[in-house]
Amino acid sequence: MVVQALFFYLFAGICVASAFMVIAARNPVHSVLYLILAFVNAAGLFVMMGAEFLAMILVVVYVGAVAVLFLFVVMMLDVDFASLRQGVLQYLPIGALIGGIFLAELLLVVGAWTIGPGVPKAVAAPIPAGTSNTEAIGLVLYTRYAYFFEAAGFILLVAMVGAIVLTLQHRARVRRQDIARQVARTPAQAVELRRVRPGQGLGGSA
Amino acid sequence: MTIGLGHYLAVAAILFTLGIFGIFLNRKNVIIILMSIELILLAVNINLVAFSAHLGDIVGQIYALIVLTVAAAETAIGLAILVIFYRNRGTIAVEDINLMKG
Repeated sequence: MVVQALFFYLFAGICVASAFMVIAARNPVHSVLYLILAFVNAAGLFVMMGAEFLAMILVVVYVGAVAVLFLFVVMMLDVDFASLRQGVLQYLPIGALIGGIFLAELLLVVGAWTIGPGVPKAVAAPIPAGTSNTEAIGLVLYTRYAYFFEAAGFILLVAMVGAIVLTLQHRARVRRQDIARQVARTPAQAVELRRVRPGQGLGGSA
Repeated sequence: MTIGLGHYLAVAAILFTLGIFGIFLNRKNVIIILMSIELILLAVNINLVAFSAHLGDIVGQIYALIVLTVAAAETAIGLAILVIFYRNRGTIAVEDINLMKG
């Protein structure tokens, strides 16, 4: 129990601190790196809750894909990020006020909330005993929630196609190979036969 | 001392608030705003998984998986829009994004 509490406070503390540094860091590259740290520690929290599969997915998807995508974009755009940080102190009081009120409300709700003893448990899909977390997810995800799974895949496909279509640029000067035009070309269009008189050449008619 | 549901919900609440605070604080920088949205979605995922573990119901983790998918798609599309906006206008400051006069 002590070890569990120790690791919980370790993961939660680093997660919250790095989440704060995400929004407070001056350099956006540092923000991305702190975002990675926050996600890795959130994965640690997931493991403590018994959701190992989601923890690994979080590391793979976020640290491996999304954070690297952020890093690429931050490094690709040649933006003066210092000028974007001007006026931060101007928004600090109202942001801190609203954030403080919101956090207080949320913590009051979380702290004062209990499940009533008489409420019947309505569990949609109980975790089967003796199965690992991944197996339990697979048993439900591919049967009852198959349509959700396919919809998720379709969302990813649309996002991929959309990102490619948005960022693809057609340069005017680049000459591309048009295979249909090449195949449709006939000898009549490509070759011209002329009778050349000896000693006269084409005579300027070319 | 035992770590229960309330502890995880408190962490998620703090992360959610930090995400909203980040949107307020960095109103000029779209990239930080997108990262703040990622933090908010992470807080939602922690809530879903915490309730899933507490109630012994696997559906919460399925929902967390769907939220993860949508978050990844949203980031990809958002960053693609950001890149073409920068290519066209040469800036990513939020106050300059007024082409549609919204």
